[in-house]
Amino acid sequence: MDEILDDIDRWRAVGQRVAVARVVDIEGSGPRDPGAAMAVNEEGEVAGSVSGGCVEGAVVGEALELLGGRRGPGITTFGYSDDEAFAVGLTCGGTIHLFVEELDW
Amino acid sequence: MSEAAGIYEAFRDAIRAEEPVALATIIDGPQAGAVSDVRPQAGAKLLVQPDAPTMGTLGDSDLDRVVERDALGMLDAGISEVRHYGQHGEARQMDLSVFVECHARRPHMVIFGAVDFTRALASQAKLLGYRVTVCDAREVFATRRRFPMADEVVVDWPNRLLDRIGDELGPRDAVCVLTHDHKFDVPAIVGALPTRVGYLGAMGSRTTHEKRSERLREAGVTDEQLERVMAPIGLDIGGRTPEETAVSIVAEIIAAHTGRQAPRLKDGQGRIH
Repeated sequence: MDEILDDIDRWRAVGQRVAVARVVDIEGSGPRDPGAAMAVNEEGEVAGSVSGGCVEGAVVGEALELLGGRRGPGITTFGYSDDEAFAVGLTCGGTIHLFVEELDW
Repeated sequence: MSEAAGIYEAFRDAIRAEEPVALATIIDGPQAGAVSDVRPQAGAKLLVQPDAPTMGTLGDSDLDRVVERDALGMLDAGISEVRHYGQHGEARQMDLSVFVECHARRPHMVIFGAVDFTRALASQAKLLGYRVTVCDAREVFATRRRFPMADEVVVDWPNRLLDRIGDELGPRDAVCVLTHDHKFDVPAIVGALPTRVGYLGAMGSRTTHEKRSERLREAGVTDEQLERVMAPIGLDIGGRTPEETAVSIVAEIIAAHTGRQAPRLKDGQGRIH
């Protein structure tokens, strides 16, 4: 969370809504530990990372869905057992569980 | 907190001030927008800090109490992970998944002895994110100039420093005794043993350690307590220089923390994390 605070503050200061995705669990070899976080604003600008770069693109999609009201807060999973996520490509072969929510707290 | 604060502001300010803080979030359970607003639901939050009242709620006061207790323990150990509870905080129930994100204070390494090995170990410990204190009773050696990488250089006897800070040491912290001199080694080890420090190591050959152990027993240290002292300090990687020795020491600390035997990854099987 540490490395995304400045961007979050900047976005919120100009009234942008912000979604946060945090790694809450990993199975096998995950590139980032639980607590790693990424923030996305309404315009699709990104801060931080939740993997070695493998799933960030897909996370932006989830975050924009959330901010657009097309999904609620909840867990999103990427891993090699999941066909869609395999297409996204987690190079380490592990599975990561993210919690995606709006930063409205 | 400076501004009249939401949970995010309090969380952010604590992280920036490097104060220990844990944020508990319900990540799975009854869906948001369900029948009642007060029941535990996904996204609900509780902010936990040692010696401060909690902020927010997970939607149930019993659940808040249990999660606060667990989060303080996780902060102590520096672990962020998902825990499962019943709706009112019951253990061994799976109704709710709660993610606790911990921002623990930096681990602390106290190095006794202002010697060449100390310089290398202090640098290595900084690389791993430790707050480093170097302590030696001899003021010609314990100087800022010799240890610019240390957060703190203390001229004092080991037992007196440990009298002051011993209560603050916990499972993630380390005490390394590098003096090679019984006059300093013995009070350092005797002073560190009653603390909760996670790693206690002492430099010196096997012969040195045998002699030191005799002195420690004379000072009232039991065999069981002696088992806790990692001596000779470090893993057997054949290190000789101060820098190589520093690597062997921090590697032993990591392995002690994770409970690994520290063989080669190549010779093992299974997960590497």
